Amino acid sequence: MPVISTKAAIAAALLTAFAAAPAYAAKTLVYCSEGSPENFTPALNTTGTSFDAARPVYNQLVEFERGTTKVVPGLAESWTVSDDGKELTFKLRKGVKFHSGVNGFTPSRDFNADDVIFTFDRMWKPENPYHKVTGGAYDYFNDMGMPDLLASIDKVDDYTVKFVLKEPNAPMLANLAMDFATIHSKEYADFLLKKGTPEQFDQIPVGTGPFSFVNYQKDAVIRYKAFPAYFEGPAKIDNLVYAITPDPTARYAKLKKGECHVMIAPNPADIAGMKTDPAVNLLSQPGLNIAYWAFNVEKPPFDKKEVRQAFNMAIDKAAIIKDVYQGAGQGAINPIPPTIWSYNKDVKDYAYDPEKAKKMLADAGVKTPLDIDLWWMPVQRPYNPNAKRIAEMMQADLAKIGVNAKLVSYEWGEYRKRMQEGEHTTGQLGWTGDNGDPDNFFFLLGCPAARKGGQNLAKWCNKEFDDLITKARTISDLSERTKLYEQAQVIFKEEAPWFTIAHSVVYEPTRKEVVDYKVSPFGRHEFYGVELK
Amino acid sequence: MLKLIFRRVALTLPTFVALMFVTFVAVRMVPGDPIEARTGERGIAPERLAALRHDLGLDQPVWKQFLDYAYGLLHGDFGVSIVTKTPVLHEFLILFPATLELALCALVFAIVLGIPAGVLAAVKRGSVLDHSVMTVALAGYSMPIFWWGLLLIMFVSEYLGLTPVSGRMDLINYYFEPVTGFMLIDSLLSGQEGAFGAAVAHLILPSIVLGTIPLAVIARMTRSSMLEVLGEDYVRTARAKGLSPLRVVGLHALRNALIPVVTVVGLQTGTLLAGAVLTETIFAWPGVGKWLIESISRRDYPALQGGIMLISAIVILVNLIVDMLYVAINPRIRHG
Amino acid sequence: MAEENAIDDPIPAGPERLVLSDSGLSLSAVTVAQAEPVGEEPSPLRAFWSAFSENRGAVLGLAIVVFIALLAVFAPWVAPHSPTEQFRQSVLLPPVWAGGNWSFPFGTDAVGRDVLSRLIYGARISLGIGLSVMVVSVAVGIVLGLAAAFLRGAVEVVVMRIMDVVVAIPSLVLAILVVAVLGPSLVNTIVAVTVVYLPRYVRLVRAAAIAELSKEYVVAAQVAGVGKLRLMFVTVLPNCLAPLIVQAALGISDAILEAAALGFLGLGAQPPTPEWGAMLADAREFIRSAPWIVTLPGLAILVTVVAINLMGDGLRDALDPKLRRS
Repeated sequence: MPVISTKAAIAAALLTAFAAAPAYAAKTLVYCSEGSPENFTPALNTTGTSFDAARPVYNQLVEFERGTTKVVPGLAESWTVSDDGKELTFKLRKGVKFHSGVNGFTPSRDFNADDVIFTFDRMWKPENPYHKVTGGAYDYFNDMGMPDLLASIDKVDDYTVKFVLKEPNAPMLANLAMDFATIHSKEYADFLLKKGTPEQFDQIPVGTGPFSFVNYQKDAVIRYKAFPAYFEGPAKIDNLVYAITPDPTARYAKLKKGECHVMIAPNPADIAGMKTDPAVNLLSQPGLNIAYWAFNVEKPPFDKKEVRQAFNMAIDKAAIIKDVYQGAGQGAINPIPPTIWSYNKDVKDYAYDPEKAKKMLADAGVKTPLDIDLWWMPVQRPYNPNAKRIAEMMQADLAKIGVNAKLVSYEWGEYRKRMQEGEHTTGQLGWTGDNGDPDNFFFLLGCPAARKGGQNLAKWCNKEFDDLITKARTISDLSERTKLYEQAQVIFKEEAPWFTIAHSVVYEPTRKEVVDYKVSPFGRHEFYGVELK
Repeated sequence: MLKLIFRRVALTLPTFVALMFVTFVAVRMVPGDPIEARTGERGIAPERLAALRHDLGLDQPVWKQFLDYAYGLLHGDFGVSIVTKTPVLHEFLILFPATLELALCALVFAIVLGIPAGVLAAVKRGSVLDHSVMTVALAGYSMPIFWWGLLLIMFVSEYLGLTPVSGRMDLINYYFEPVTGFMLIDSLLSGQEGAFGAAVAHLILPSIVLGTIPLAVIARMTRSSMLEVLGEDYVRTARAKGLSPLRVVGLHALRNALIPVVTVVGLQTGTLLAGAVLTETIFAWPGVGKWLIESISRRDYPALQGGIMLISAIVILVNLIVDMLYVAINPRIRHG
Repeated sequence: MAEENAIDDPIPAGPERLVLSDSGLSLSAVTVAQAEPVGEEPSPLRAFWSAFSENRGAVLGLAIVVFIALLAVFAPWVAPHSPTEQFRQSVLLPPVWAGGNWSFPFGTDAVGRDVLSRLIYGARISLGIGLSVMVVSVAVGIVLGLAAAFLRGAVEVVVMRIMDVVVAIPSLVLAILVVAVLGPSLVNTIVAVTVVYLPRYVRLVRAAAIAELSKEYVVAAQVAGVGKLRLMFVTVLPNCLAPLIVQAALGISDAILEAAALGFLGLGAQPPTPEWGAMLADAREFIRSAPWIVTLPGLAILVTVVAINLMGDGLRDALDPKLRRS
């Protein structure tokens, strides 16, 4: 057995190799991330992986406080809103340094209003020399409706910038805390332009953030080091390393062995073990999300409310929470997560009752066996760790009430598109909140979204429900809005266009020596302020 | 010989043209769209989709896209990745050293164990040793690689704690700029104590996993080829002359027996270079195989086309060299 | 085993390995040795069996293959449960030797399905894939290979160049590409794996047929005015079968592995089909908390493939006079 004996020999050699490892003075924190970033300019990207990779390097005008959804000052130390709500004036922080020595660039000046203007001009103005660089797709800037919203962005003086809006917009401030609004260095941009390599702007980032960029090797590692001149004081760790490790099992193995300190997205199946693992601190936070199973009301028999209710009763939700979410989720009742205001606690979920479901189907005139499609998305989402397994469980439950569900799936982009076109009879999807407002969830069930190609995957348009949420959107009184949304939730449950599956809980295991790491409700990963014991 | 080489090289040209065409068409036949594939639940407005497709040239007629692509290829331009917006060739050159390093280490592992095992098995034909070698080889040959890799990580890395779990380097204790892209060389160049050991440690499990099948193939090949040679007249004569068995095996038989083995090794090289998709996936190894698979799911047309072209070119080249080598070391075949 | 194994011929028995690697136009002479006409021996079947049964490993392999095949065929009677029935009260139950109970001898999976039953039904899928790929690729391989050998000229060039292209693309990447184009399903898995493995059959048949063509009996038949089709399929083909049979037997095991790799990447059989590779992929996250549901499908694949390869070795030894013990 040559293989075995060699292995033993190698193992022996290895132990000596490790013994030779040097004592290392600097504090290096390794984060086991999921994948490679597309580039380091958040404005160009849409994925959390890419945002996470750029975040150590940059700041925004205003920022979300670490571990919360609260907006706090960033590069702007204060702001004022005009009486008509159309002007936002930011006072910029003075003495903020950009990273020096990255990519041969040495800043000659501190951060000022020119950098803010440049940052937004790049996304907004086609004549900006960087507008077309690296594909020039500014998804979030466009998705948040900025081009329609912005009248102008003016430099009042070097440390004052005024955003003029076409109409008042309350979420504007929170939008500016999002990653796409990350502030870049205009001087660095000019420097690269002169050098003739503008594309490096998005590959080798220079910012004001707590860590400066050192090196990136695709699919392997991203390295940063603490920026000593950071305006809020240097970070408590010296080096920050992202070890790109796509497989969650390997991530946990690395965490156990101390090859990384913080990891993203554990296997649900490993969570129980992590809770008792002495090396691991398991942090968690309820996710701002919902996973649902939509019934296409345009396809009979789902046009009948009773049929949809029957389907709600046919599925054993508790089993899904237990066996798929493995505890990392709670059964959903309403279309919004309980962490959002206006959540209606009085709404009761349909009880699991296959017998009654069967009877209701018969009463509704549905002939069994009934053939339906059950679509499941081919990818893991924050709100749904395994749509395939859920589909398999639903399929088995449905068989008990005489329904043959055919499992259907497509490539992710295709899947979402076809669902929006309404090709499915029933299908799973979900939603992750962007800003914590109930409307950010309720619009998914509104009549405008029920059009072909719209986000309302049940294609369910209920006048009464739609009136309620439309009205709630336009008024500003919180208690009034709450009442309207609570009513809407009652209608939703009665009409049952969805089977609400779950709200996931985001788990983030860290090693015990990691101090003060905070799980973000937005699923961000932030390391400024984190320390290693 | 020269003529033969020329003929062979000429023969690969139409293969390349066909390959270019096939990959181009196949990649576009995959349902889905590179832009749609990147959007989340929110989706993308039809107007923006159209604008972005226009920017990428995806709204052009396919034949025109193909001509543009072919024109670019002729000028050594493999296009720009849709996802990262970096040139495909550049991405390939960053990832390929990792694949090459792993492939070579796997091959070394397979040869160093496989040839002696095969020779021993042949010499001690019918013995327990022979049976053991052949059983192990058979199991190795039949191994589902992805499963084998998972088991090894769980057992060797996690349970026994002997090797690192995944990746190419100990990221906590060492840092050096990549110079060659080969971790073994870079770690030596860095001059940091222990870095080379760490690089080796990271290579062990992936090399074993990737080398398992070549090991089995080489061991079996060596054995059967050796048996054949041992049965031939000149070996019998040598034995009859009273030469020591070691001399017979080492000097006469092995040299001839290794001719077909060289071929197999060469072919395995081509295969291993072609990207060990599964091994790379399991060990988070930043190589080209994983990159190609990801490019399929992202519908990154240029990366996929360019990647397949480059990898195929290397495979064809390696196989060509192997053929030449075979002809060179085996005079019997030359007039064939 | 997928791309790691893409050089195809698992049991490289001699220089005929080259046929697969080379551009297909030369070196055909070396295969001749393998294509010794089988039918000319006195009692071919008995001779074959005595040669085959001499090899204990091969007999063992055959026995295991037959056993698995029987399990597959009689799955509904042998399996203790339905492969898709979910016992929600018994989710992730360990196997009987690890503290489980006898109603689920191999334990249950993440949604409470009986692992043993899924493995037994999975044998149907895996053997089915292996056999289908083998049958289709042998059939197509014979047609294309003979066409190339007999018609020469443009047909040969086109066929062999296409095969070159197929071989040049990394096999797993090609398989994934094919599945991506056609959509993931069991049938498309078979198509994809067939495409990947087709060249080896085409090249083999062509090389063997070209070698046969120069032999006297073929020339004689030609002179006697035997039609081209008859010449191809009745006169020449039977004499090319020996290496083809060996290749086909081993091709089954490769196809099973390749399909399992696709299943592992989530591109094979769709849920709730109990395909072994897909079972492995589904179970992957439980490698720590419920290792048996990861270990058992892998073992099933390993045992099946080992058995088929053992049998294939025996076939080769029995059919290939060069290596036959004497």
